[in-house]
Amino acid sequence: MDNLPRLKLHVPEPPARPGDAPNFDYLEIPAAGSVRRPDIAEAEPAMRDLPYALIRVLNETGEAVGPWDPRLSPDILRRGLRAMLLTRLFDERLFRAHRQGKTSFYMKSTGEEAIGAAQALALPPGDMAFLTYRVTSWLHARGYPLTQMMNQLFSNADDPLKGKQLPILFSARDYDFYSLSGNLGSRYGHAVGWAMASAYKGDTRIALAHVGDGTTAEGGFHEALTFASVYRAPCILCVTNNQWAISSFSGLAGSETTTFAAKAIAYGLPGLRVDGNDFLAVWAATQWAAERARTNHGATLVEFFTYRASGHSTSDDPSRYRPLDEAAHWPLGDPIERLKRHLIRLGEWDEARHEALHAELDGAVRAAMKEAEAIGTLGKSKPSVREMFEDVFKEPDWRVIEQRREVGI
Amino acid sequence: MPTMNMIQALNNALDEKMAQDPDVLVFGEDVGYFGGVFRVTDKLQQKHGLTRCFDTPISEGGIIATAIGMGVYGLRPVAEIQFADYILPAFDQLVSEAARLRYRSGGEFWAPITVRSPYGGGIFGGQTHSQSPEALFAHVTGLKTVIPSNPYDAKGLLIAAIEADDPVLLLEPKRLYNGPFDGRHDRTLGTWAGHPMAEVPEGLYRVPLGQAAIVRPGEDVTVLAYGTMVHVALAGIEDAGVDAELLDLRSIVPLDIDSIVASVKKTGRCVILHEASRFSGFGAELSALVQERCFDHLKAPIDRVTGWDTPYPHAFEWDYFPGPARLATALRRAMEY
Repeated sequence: MDNLPRLKLHVPEPPARPGDAPNFDYLEIPAAGSVRRPDIAEAEPAMRDLPYALIRVLNETGEAVGPWDPRLSPDILRRGLRAMLLTRLFDERLFRAHRQGKTSFYMKSTGEEAIGAAQALALPPGDMAFLTYRVTSWLHARGYPLTQMMNQLFSNADDPLKGKQLPILFSARDYDFYSLSGNLGSRYGHAVGWAMASAYKGDTRIALAHVGDGTTAEGGFHEALTFASVYRAPCILCVTNNQWAISSFSGLAGSETTTFAAKAIAYGLPGLRVDGNDFLAVWAATQWAAERARTNHGATLVEFFTYRASGHSTSDDPSRYRPLDEAAHWPLGDPIERLKRHLIRLGEWDEARHEALHAELDGAVRAAMKEAEAIGTLGKSKPSVREMFEDVFKEPDWRVIEQRREVGI
Repeated sequence: MPTMNMIQALNNALDEKMAQDPDVLVFGEDVGYFGGVFRVTDKLQQKHGLTRCFDTPISEGGIIATAIGMGVYGLRPVAEIQFADYILPAFDQLVSEAARLRYRSGGEFWAPITVRSPYGGGIFGGQTHSQSPEALFAHVTGLKTVIPSNPYDAKGLLIAAIEADDPVLLLEPKRLYNGPFDGRHDRTLGTWAGHPMAEVPEGLYRVPLGQAAIVRPGEDVTVLAYGTMVHVALAGIEDAGVDAELLDLRSIVPLDIDSIVASVKKTGRCVILHEASRFSGFGAELSALVQERCFDHLKAPIDRVTGWDTPYPHAFEWDYFPGPARLATALRRAMEY
């Protein structure tokens, strides 16, 4: 026997499991306003502090502080609040609809509503968003019709995707919202290719892409970062770090030893780490990265630090793998509450108006639900079976034509 | 009319298409300044510029993802995968993304990409430079797969592929790049010079995707082949001395089922020839289709002459390769019924 130390295999485990007290003591949360905002033209090597920082604008009392404050008008802030609240109410209603058998599947984005809402309002129409199923706040912020969304979720006769796609894997070209897919990370590179095409054509539009923390382990994530870096693609590449990938905590994607924003350093890209529950910080980081992209400075990797307050989907029970009340202990709070507090502090909002907005949006969701239910819920109504054979190719080949005949349509 | 080998014909197709359509971009590993390891993109960068024909990182998944994003934007990218053996890192992009995008988005998004890739054996390339993966892709709904067997078709199919609004995989039989190899590996390879299908006109023309060609009309047995095997089939038919009808499928998806059925109904016999290994190879689909549609006309069992069900071997290249002698044996066997 030699006297070398025995090797040990490390398998990461989260700080708390069911039955444990939630524990976020390990997180370092810097004060709002404490992170510098470099000029967009600053060289990447000079910005390597940012991936380890945490850009925050809204402080604990609802004040916007520091150099990243985007100084948005109260109207914009109210639009953001509206989109976030709508997303939450819609999610709650649809989650219940799944329990009632009206749809086969649903995914909530509770706690993460600020990200898509701020980005949808910060970026102009024409920029293309390659998002994930947990960024539906983009669609709500852009005014996607609620009934149409439900028609997709119910796979009914008016489903805009004609019954072909799993509920919540939306596609909405008119809203700059690229087709979603259930396989993860495979569309990150599409955003880079799209951005390269825009650059090749001398266009002014940029691309936005999202993955979750878990997906940073996929090859497609690294391939896309390589291409984005090599060709200086005009795009914003985001990682929503919501701490959980189904039941796997972010440590299984590598967060024990570094940050997701720091992945940027190896690619020579700026990396920003941003409080994802802070509407203003999300807006400011997006705007900064967009300006860089639009002025030929290339891509930015942005980590939104947030918490997935709900389960992964209707198919899992988070109390089986994490403390039941972990969300309530998340130190960065709730994005809706934080923006609301800010607006109230500005004197641009109050509890009565908030209640009225809540009632209005809840009413809108109920009304849309009624309309969509009248068309039909899952299994009660569906598009023509003929649709099953459409869109395989631009023009059907003989197989599809023959098989359609076999079905008798 | 100029005579071209298959490399020149493919290069000419790209050159003319890039000249005609500014939305056509060409990229891949070593395709830019160097012009590709097989020279298919030779001088395209010098002629059309750095942003129209460029080198990429060694990242097949990244190459195809980039192409799809460009296609979604509205360009018509032509991506090269240096060897078809290396296409598998891009399998998810081709299968889950390119092939499904139009369908899953209800027709909102699509990616009119062309993926070119040299494939097939007979060059002593071992298992990483010799494989024939067409069956993997034929099984994927939403993807078109075409395989030329000569310079004329190579140019016409490539142009048609670029202009198609669906994703198209063009598998290029690399053994045919410089001459019509017929499987008689102990003889000197002839060049394309003088071959009628090496007369390649200048200017854009299309060979429609999904149209087989009757290379040799005959009455007694139908031989279905594509790529290098078209030339091997001619040699095997000659060796067997049978009056065989040889169909060059040219496109396996979409498949020209009508020409196949018409031929087999006429001859009553069918032998399928491909390089790829047999089990679940494309020949299995062809065999099933012929059986389903021509059963009453068949005088003999449908036979398959293929690579063996082993990985592509190096030292045993010619033991593995389905050459003319094996086809001749199968043809004679078919005629005994």
